[in-house]
Amino acid sequence: MQLQLFVIILFLFSPLVPQENAGQFFSSGHTNNWAVLVCTSRFWFNYRHVANTLSVYRSVKRLGIPDSHIVLMLADDMACNHRNPKPATVFSHKNMELNVYGDDVEVDYRGYEVTVENFLRVLTGRLPPSTPRSKRLLSDDRSNILIYLTGHGGNGFLKFQDSEEISNVELADAFEQMWQKRRYNELLFIIDTCQGASMYERFYSPNLMALASSQVGEDSLSHQPDLAIGVHLMDRYTFYLLEFLEDIHPSSKANMNDLFKVCPKSQCVSTPGHRTDLFLRDPGSALITDFFGSVRKVEITMETINLTEPIQQVEQNFVNEERQKETYSYVDQLPVSEIIHQKPKQKDWHPPDGFILGLWTLILLVFFKTYGMKHLKHIF
Amino acid sequence: MGLLSDPNRRRALISLLTRLNAPICVVCYMAGVAWFMGLAFEPFTLRTYMSENAMGSTMVEERFPAGERALGTGREFSAHKKKAGGMPVDWLVKTMQSRGLEVFTQRFSRRLPFPDEDKERYMVKGTNVYGILRAPRAPRTEALVLSAPCSPGDDNNQAVGVLLGLAQYFRNQVFWAKDIIFLVNEHDLIGMQAWLEGYHHTNTTGMDWSPLQGRGGSIQAALSLELSSDVVTSLDLVLEGLNGQLPNLDLANLFYAFCQKIGVLCTTQGKLQRNDWDSVSGYSHAVQTMMLMVMKQASGRPWGDHGLFLRYHIEAATIKGINSFRQYKTDATTIGRLLEGMYRKLNNLLERLHQSYFFYLMPSLSHFVSIGYYMPAFGLLALILLLRALDLWIQLATPPPGVLSVLTPLVISHLTGVALYTLPIHFQEIAVEHFPVSETEAVVLTAIAVYTAGLALPHNTHRLLTGRGTENGWKVLKLVAVLYLAVLLGCTALINFSLGFILALTLVPVAAFVTPDLCSATPACTLLFSVFLFQELQEMPVSFLDGWMLYLSVISQGILDHALYGSLVYPLVALLVYPCWLLFWNILFWK
Repeated sequence: MQLQLFVIILFLFSPLVPQENAGQFFSSGHTNNWAVLVCTSRFWFNYRHVANTLSVYRSVKRLGIPDSHIVLMLADDMACNHRNPKPATVFSHKNMELNVYGDDVEVDYRGYEVTVENFLRVLTGRLPPSTPRSKRLLSDDRSNILIYLTGHGGNGFLKFQDSEEISNVELADAFEQMWQKRRYNELLFIIDTCQGASMYERFYSPNLMALASSQVGEDSLSHQPDLAIGVHLMDRYTFYLLEFLEDIHPSSKANMNDLFKVCPKSQCVSTPGHRTDLFLRDPGSALITDFFGSVRKVEITMETINLTEPIQQVEQNFVNEERQKETYSYVDQLPVSEIIHQKPKQKDWHPPDGFILGLWTLILLVFFKTYGMKHLKHIF
Repeated sequence: MGLLSDPNRRRALISLLTRLNAPICVVCYMAGVAWFMGLAFEPFTLRTYMSENAMGSTMVEERFPAGERALGTGREFSAHKKKAGGMPVDWLVKTMQSRGLEVFTQRFSRRLPFPDEDKERYMVKGTNVYGILRAPRAPRTEALVLSAPCSPGDDNNQAVGVLLGLAQYFRNQVFWAKDIIFLVNEHDLIGMQAWLEGYHHTNTTGMDWSPLQGRGGSIQAALSLELSSDVVTSLDLVLEGLNGQLPNLDLANLFYAFCQKIGVLCTTQGKLQRNDWDSVSGYSHAVQTMMLMVMKQASGRPWGDHGLFLRYHIEAATIKGINSFRQYKTDATTIGRLLEGMYRKLNNLLERLHQSYFFYLMPSLSHFVSIGYYMPAFGLLALILLLRALDLWIQLATPPPGVLSVLTPLVISHLTGVALYTLPIHFQEIAVEHFPVSETEAVVLTAIAVYTAGLALPHNTHRLLTGRGTENGWKVLKLVAVLYLAVLLGCTALINFSLGFILALTLVPVAAFVTPDLCSATPACTLLFSVFLFQELQEMPVSFLDGWMLYLSVISQGILDHALYGSLVYPLVALLVYPCWLLFWNILFWK
């Protein structure tokens, strides 16, 4: 019965012949969307970073990615901060127009859990078995992932909660691990910090696209000063990004080239940058909703499909020799046995380097030339 | 070969040093004075800026509405004060409670070493009243303090009124992350000292106080308000505290930033800032402001109720309202808004103020000079003493000096110093019996008597000195004395730069050039001169007689400050500077 259902659904998704249009249907290559949104600052004067992240969270939820597919990492000390004149709210527009905290925010990593280690473990999937599902990035090789980082950064690093940093090399290596473990199909990386472009300089894995709010040597500026609350409410780049995303709806055909135009220098004061050389498709063919939304494609067909005999007898080849059975086993993520036994690795013996050999020959020649051969007997 | 290890080069260097010693000393002195005067020149100063990230800009909305009601409360306070003949404790307690604060009182009493002209009795008794506004959602770990003194007569009524008005307004806000303590202290500094000692469970000055029933956590910052008129034309910021300690510059920066935002005239040392720094009068104005700060810092006494907080590492400043004859007046609502803005910003602090400078001089409220810039002025003066010591050492190289010969003058000078420190207070009763003077005058006159007696010692004691009559004897003494003075002034300048610098300015030239039969000045003259200069700078020049009376009162205040709050100027002068000076005085009369 289940087999029938599955086959029906599969045939429903293709109008004519299943095999030919499957490719067209899966043209973007992804089947599910994930988002990892990280705010790396804490303390009251970094209100705007939390507001940034929550605004992106709102947009991403609105465009269809459910909470189960969003990993939200915030210090979450703004809404209930003692200094907040409007407790339980986080505003993103001055004059308190929009409360982005709302009542359905699900923060997965809060407070002191937002660390570099947790962030990298989420990305690479190396979490202890006791980690709940909401804290895991359960992506596969058909997932499009949106990663958004905001906070205080510098040339080549991003500060996590005043006590540690993540460097651009670490981040690039984490993405390479993700690629090798087939944890993403395509990845969009957005960063809104000072000197943000330095964070994507070192990426080397395929299918990565990156956007940053400022170049190396530039500061990203804050926006929306609110006198009643007493802090800046948003950063400029994310503010204009949000204005752009407000016009996107789930069936929008806007593509990445439009995203690159968000917040030009006249509005942002800093120069936003982007990187697309690692992305295999043309950015113009990548839709915004490929990353920001979670689009479920449904095609309605009016045709009937002839179902052949659903149950097919698998002919068992009982040849004289035994059926070859392949045994399958899981690949070890960590080669635990090797680690535990700590076998010393046999290093191959290499002959001395030619240069070293020549140098020593020279030294010996000079020695014997100067002091004569009679000293040989003192050596041997 | 190296510069010092090569005998030829060393001899050349030594001969250079001995030949040119006097000219180099003179040049150093002029350079030191010129450097100091140059500090007030505006291109050499830095503009003030907010260093603390958590306080950020002045981006806050001040909405304090009730200035007139605050003034009404102040008038009520004044009436009750007259009726109670002191601090109207019950009325204050009732009023603070009606505003929703947790109110507590503290009694204190203090036996003065001698009654001065302000408090004409030996025993001072009083009560402090304070109310704590608990932060609505925060744990009680940190606090801010706003205080106003309860002064006799008609002073500071409006300050208490504004304090109570702000308490009511603050109580209705939800964004306080720290407790705010509203304190009304009696007898100014004595009451404040009692409160601080009770709050921090220390007892450094031997005062009697009842323990505090309510506490608010560690105090992050404090402001003291002095307001004696309904409208003001400018607000003055007083920074100098006990022993010349200054609060973190960020507090002054915060005040200045808010003054500029709200548009109130703000001054420091009572002098308004001028824009024409390149003109002579503009420059001299800046120099006057800086000199006033230097003199106030050198005196080592707290110049406002805030001065005692600094010892507990609490950044504090006093804001005084000044009503002079200007057209533009600021009303109580604006003052309340300024304080509200400052407190909202202090509320955002996560750590104590530590990002900005602790050692600075301010030629005006928008410019400052940090320790790295003003210390070389003192360094040049100390260099003179070191050059002199080197010169004497070279001269004394053969025959080797006997250091023990200077032991006698050292001991005698220090004993005289101890006498100067202890005798005035102990013998005041005997003095009052025998002479028709008040206790204060008795103490001061005893001090002057001991001082002058000490100056007469060399004539009589050099019979006890060994090595008298020898040429080298006085040189050894001078070497020891010069090094002693250098160390003493160096240490003083590190703690209280202004005191060290003023002492160096006057003592170093004479110490460097003193030889037998060359006349010199004394530290007492330094003090006399400073008093006159201070009055000049404040644009209230005095006649000689008034200046003399002021001088006597300065001495008595110094002794009283030491006994009451632990000010270090009087012991420093009596126990260290004076004996060091006596060593030079001994050289003067070397026979």
